[in-house]
Amino acid sequence: MDWFPLYNSLRIAVISSVLVFFSGIFAAYYIAKLHPVVKGVLDVILTLPMVLPPTVVGYFILLLLGSKRPFGIWFYNTFGTKLVMNWYSGIFAATIVAFPLMYRTARGAFESFDETLSYSGQTLGLSNTYIFWKVRMPACRQGIMAGTVLAFARALGEYGATSMVAGYTPGKTATISTTVYQLWRTNDDLLAFKWVMVNIAISAVVLLAVNMLEKKNTAGKRSAG
Amino acid sequence: MRLYVKIKKDFGSFILDTEFEADKEVLGILGESGCGKSMTLRCIAGVVTPDEGHIELDETVFFDSEKKINLKPQERHVGLLFQNYALFPNMNVVQNLRAALRGQKLGKEEQQKRVAEMMAKFYLQGLEHHKPSQLSGGQQQRVALARILLTRPKMLMLDEPFAALDEFLRWKLELELEDVLKEFGATTLFVSHNRDEIYRICDRVCVMNQGKSSEPVPVKELFTTPISREAAYLSGCKNFSDAAVAEKGEVMALDWGITLKCDTTGKEDSTSVGIRSHFIRPVTETEGLMRNVFSCRIERIIEDVFSYILIVSPKEGAQIRVDVSKEDWLEYREQVPGDEILIGIEEKDIMLLK
Repeated sequence: MDWFPLYNSLRIAVISSVLVFFSGIFAAYYIAKLHPVVKGVLDVILTLPMVLPPTVVGYFILLLLGSKRPFGIWFYNTFGTKLVMNWYSGIFAATIVAFPLMYRTARGAFESFDETLSYSGQTLGLSNTYIFWKVRMPACRQGIMAGTVLAFARALGEYGATSMVAGYTPGKTATISTTVYQLWRTNDDLLAFKWVMVNIAISAVVLLAVNMLEKKNTAGKRSAG
Repeated sequence: MRLYVKIKKDFGSFILDTEFEADKEVLGILGESGCGKSMTLRCIAGVVTPDEGHIELDETVFFDSEKKINLKPQERHVGLLFQNYALFPNMNVVQNLRAALRGQKLGKEEQQKRVAEMMAKFYLQGLEHHKPSQLSGGQQQRVALARILLTRPKMLMLDEPFAALDEFLRWKLELELEDVLKEFGATTLFVSHNRDEIYRICDRVCVMNQGKSSEPVPVKELFTTPISREAAYLSGCKNFSDAAVAEKGEVMALDWGITLKCDTTGKEDSTSVGIRSHFIRPVTETEGLMRNVFSCRIERIIEDVFSYILIVSPKEGAQIRVDVSKEDWLEYREQVPGDEILIGIEEKDIMLLK
């Protein structure tokens, strides 16, 4: 059994989770401060990838980065490689699709944050950066963690946009989800079943991790109460 | 002049429009919740920006809308104690205190020394590694005060410091706070809706109502000779009537349908009259020296902890509340609701208000 799809899926999911973690948090933080109208518009745009079919997201990515599009042509001429149909193309798809999950959970967490904590930090002379990382983020830890896990799970399971943007090339762009589809299509039921089991195992581990983190948090709270 | 504040801000539900000065003193801001007291403190601290105005402390301009000056809260060096104390929930007591020293470039030993000093001063030894959620309300307040004082602020602002505490603890912490304020010595603003606290703690007080503040007056003056009806109300006066000065020495209390005799010199334009409930007392007919004696009907008699509260009404007039000590009521204990009773008011206890 060739383990490349597992390796490729994991690296795409990890890299896009890191990207989504930072971009989601900062979008949530700064958009909350904007004028309500601007906030509403940006909110719709940033949440759209969550409700659109992944193929539509893939279509937009190809429209922007495709090898026959201005940006794609420029990129190929400059760097000698294509943005699509490569292993890292999956990162674009996974990041965009997973972003709204992080953005929305982080925003929810920030909205329930007690602003007087930030105010008191400011009057104590603490820098806004310190307050953000040492007070706001720890206070919103649960929401942020939940968002990160959801985003990771979504990135790992991405199929629709990935298959359009990265395609299926064994040993090059294949991920677990595209592999399962290909194996099924070519009647290799047994191998498809093996990959399905791998996928279920990973998902179970992720969910177990989430549950354990949550239990740890509530246990900590109880002893503190 | 130490602190000068003149600010305006539209909050939609009300407009904050206040102006006052404070010296090296404890200035109280008395007002009901939602009147703009906390917002005033937040504007001075710089975490909320007023629409227009000027804020200045010790010749340092914090905010000036015309000169486009708006110092960051971090540059103002003022201490603000929030109503919920705003301790960082993820840090233990020592970490909370150390955070306050980050702004000052201190060596590790000096930091530890100052934190230890504050811990001792605020009776926090043994709680070093407790999280705020593991502390009592009183301990939380002490940590919050210690944390503020570690930054060596130029002025102190206290936003309803006792509101989150139960009554028993309140008194104990009030005594502690008085010592802290005495030692601090610089300008302090004390915001509260509780007139008793203000009376005990503050030197002067200004009354805030619907975002508007009155000129600060010495605390005792607010309680003996309030000028406005709001001020008298906040100082605890329970009985008010619209009024007009009919002629020299006579005031018509329109709501009660009675004419009160008192000194009206310089108060001819008064529009209200206020009488504190415990300055009104039942009298017997033989007491002829009092000039203001009225016959009223007893509507209700309510027994309170140390007094009886009578709700009485003059003929066809609005109700008046009378507080009678239990001892004084002994003489009248046969009275029941519906009975007529004579009430007397001393001339000096009639407050003419605008």
